[in-house]
Amino acid sequence: MGLKRNVSLIEGLRYQGKGPMLTYVLHRIGGLGIVIFVALHILASWLSNHAWGSSAGIFINTIYENWIFQIFIFFCAFFHVINGLRIVILDLWPKLIEYQREAIWLEWFIFIPVYGIALFVIIRGGLGG
Amino acid sequence: MKTKPRMAPQRGFNFDYLMWLFTRLSALAMYLIAIIGITAALLMSARQNMTVADLMRWAFMPNPNHVVNTNVTNIDAWKTIFWQLMGILMLFFAGGHGLHGLASVLEDYISHTWIRNSLRILILLVWVAMSLIGIAVIVTS
Repeated sequence: MGLKRNVSLIEGLRYQGKGPMLTYVLHRIGGLGIVIFVALHILASWLSNHAWGSSAGIFINTIYENWIFQIFIFFCAFFHVINGLRIVILDLWPKLIEYQREAIWLEWFIFIPVYGIALFVIIRGGLGG
Repeated sequence: MKTKPRMAPQRGFNFDYLMWLFTRLSALAMYLIAIIGITAALLMSARQNMTVADLMRWAFMPNPNHVVNTNVTNIDAWKTIFWQLMGILMLFFAGGHGLHGLASVLEDYISHTWIRNSLRILILLVWVAMSLIGIAVIVTS
């Protein structure tokens, strides 16, 4: 049988899912950010390890060592890791789904201080202090 | 922009279900590998010789290249077969988790079956290639 999906992009953007929808969107963006970073990082390490007269590895390094990129990638990594643990726990123990809203609040209470500390360290380093 | 309707994935024991389960279990496995890495690093003098940022880099990927820029002077204990194995496991779980995630995000926005199928093959090839490159980096560093 199967469900039919027929939702346009505009309708999708207009959907007001509130808190849970926000974590869903950020989880996707974070996951894609991590894929991009890890792929760049593996390629950069590989190119620099095998010094085939290539400076491409060093060039890729300068992209992700840039502090503005780091602000983005740390958001992706910490949010994906913390939100991911919530998803795993709620999916593997479905009875807990009843407490999803509380779990999301708890998640933000963990994420904000952790990311705040990371931001502080990145920005202090980025400003050369 | 109206996209064409398409069949949602079927319920039951199939590839999509297995990958759904793999995504959850690999997340737990990556947590476990990171916890093992952090615990072992703290036992191997990280408390004196590493910053939190260094420790995090080691937790995400236990590779000796993440130790050479710290105050750790002797990296022999950080450069063993055990850590190479942990690195390869991390790469396997992260690669499968990440590229399957990429595929499911892209497939949500693509309605043509043939594009989705070719994307799956392309992403499978990227996964194989990136795994081989990653293993090469791990065993040579």
